[in-house]
Amino acid sequence: MTLDKFLALSQTSLELGLVNSLTVLSLFLSYSMLNVCDLSTDGCFTLGAAVGALAAIAGYPWLSLPLAMLAGMASGFITATLQTRMGVQSLLAGIVVNTGLYSVTMSLTNKKATLSMNKVPTVFTMAKDLLKDTPLAGYSTLLVMLAAVALIVLFLCWFLKTKLGLAIRATGSNTDMVRSSSINPTFTTTVGLCISNAFTGLSGCLMAQQAKSFDINIGSGMLTVALASLLIGGVFFAKHRPIPLRAAGAVLGAFLFRLVYGLALRLDMPAYMLKLVSSVIVVIAISGPYLRKQLPLMVRRWRAGREGRRADA
Amino acid sequence: MLELKDVTKTFHAGTPDEKKALAGISLKIEDGDFVSIIGANGAGKSTLFNAICGSFPLDSGSVILGGRNVTMMPEHKRAKMIGRLFQDPMRGTAPDMSIAENLALAAGNGGWLSRVSAEDRKAFRDRLSLLDMGLEDRMRQPVGLLSGGQRQALTLLMATYHIPKVLLLDEHTAALDPGTAEKVLHLTRSIVEENHITCLMITHNMQNALDLGNRTLMMDRGRVIYDVTGEERGRLTISDLTDKFRQLSGRALDNDRMLLEN
Repeated sequence: MTLDKFLALSQTSLELGLVNSLTVLSLFLSYSMLNVCDLSTDGCFTLGAAVGALAAIAGYPWLSLPLAMLAGMASGFITATLQTRMGVQSLLAGIVVNTGLYSVTMSLTNKKATLSMNKVPTVFTMAKDLLKDTPLAGYSTLLVMLAAVALIVLFLCWFLKTKLGLAIRATGSNTDMVRSSSINPTFTTTVGLCISNAFTGLSGCLMAQQAKSFDINIGSGMLTVALASLLIGGVFFAKHRPIPLRAAGAVLGAFLFRLVYGLALRLDMPAYMLKLVSSVIVVIAISGPYLRKQLPLMVRRWRAGREGRRADA
Repeated sequence: MLELKDVTKTFHAGTPDEKKALAGISLKIEDGDFVSIIGANGAGKSTLFNAICGSFPLDSGSVILGGRNVTMMPEHKRAKMIGRLFQDPMRGTAPDMSIAENLALAAGNGGWLSRVSAEDRKAFRDRLSLLDMGLEDRMRQPVGLLSGGQRQALTLLMATYHIPKVLLLDEHTAALDPGTAEKVLHLTRSIVEENHITCLMITHNMQNALDLGNRTLMMDRGRVIYDVTGEERGRLTISDLTDKFRQLSGRALDNDRMLLEN
């Protein structure tokens, strides 16, 4: 591969990585901070993509961004309500909402499984027009993504240091302590999930507009891909590091994931392998440290068993 | 003032595991009282604290705190008036957050979107230096890196950051090594005395129960079986307490930790 090709690949990876990184940042809030594994992520991503596509097709490309975020927020609110006020287990709440969202999204798109944005302006085409005669023309997609990600990262860095942000982090770290600080963990969980799902919705919206098409399966496997990216990012900036670094690590993780995936595609890995790759990465990242801790014990057991057999013989 | 009126709570009612954890407790604790509570395992001491905090709905009876009936008030709202420490030093603080951030939540200053100000930081520093553990120079470090004793001392600071109407100490030094336990107990005593905090302390250390505070309660099977203050309490020895227990409950005091330590 020539340097040119690698740079082109890097730019594509960066663009796609940045779209994904919004979902990664969403999980950074819900998974890393609030300690909730939000299984409604796939459905919420698709919902955001559909809402974004519909708004763009209706002629409101800029409005599509806040609308997709609002849709995500509504979905997050339902997931949170189910788990905090209605006794549904956290994982189950996510799955139930994820399933239900399929029908919601389909009814929004008027039973269409795909929507094309080929002939309508999207935020990306608008940005391209804006930058037409400037040296940045070739980077309009990248710039839109960068702006979105930078805004969300800055927001998170600010928000997680506010009293509400602290309370959300404490909810994930020690719920008892939140209660004893006179803060209702139901409230903090709800706010946290609403915000994180707004990011997921935005991510879906930008992904669909960038691809100029919406597909009902656009979000499938998104949670695993994002989780893989988050865990890769965590390798660089572990738990005790400052929040801005960890947020940047999440974005970096998304980029690296896309880059490795792009390289694998160049090396003739079929595209449908993406999901298996992300599953394996998640498994390795989570079970790796566990197995490493278990290894000495397994070795001791194996030795003891061998000596036992020897004594019997 | 804290008042409990005929408080009852039965767990697993109607099953073979039915347990009358609180069998009609009536108590009146005056402002500034420091009450030590002793009793065998399963006597209902921690359940009594849970009832005061609102961890579960009572079967009957009421809890009046600072002249206000809080029986139906949710736990997190009551928490404003109550400080509580558990035996487990991990329970009172969030390990992934820094010392300053933990204190900020306890302080609860400002609106939801306010941040820790330089002024707050200075206040935290001053408070932390009272602990004399060097924590004031480690405010940015995550609490998870502190020792059990340091975490318990920090929890004590957080629980009394705003003077609570009542401070509940549930064997809060039992999981610490003897030296650290002594230090945390000393801190507790000075903070409580300085601020005239009304305090209830569960302990398995009978000497502590008699040395600290001005009143001692003995609990058994969900009841208060012995309540002693003043001169009578001043004359009590540990063996008087164990005799009293045998006489009032008809059993030997079977808390193994008590036997071990005395």
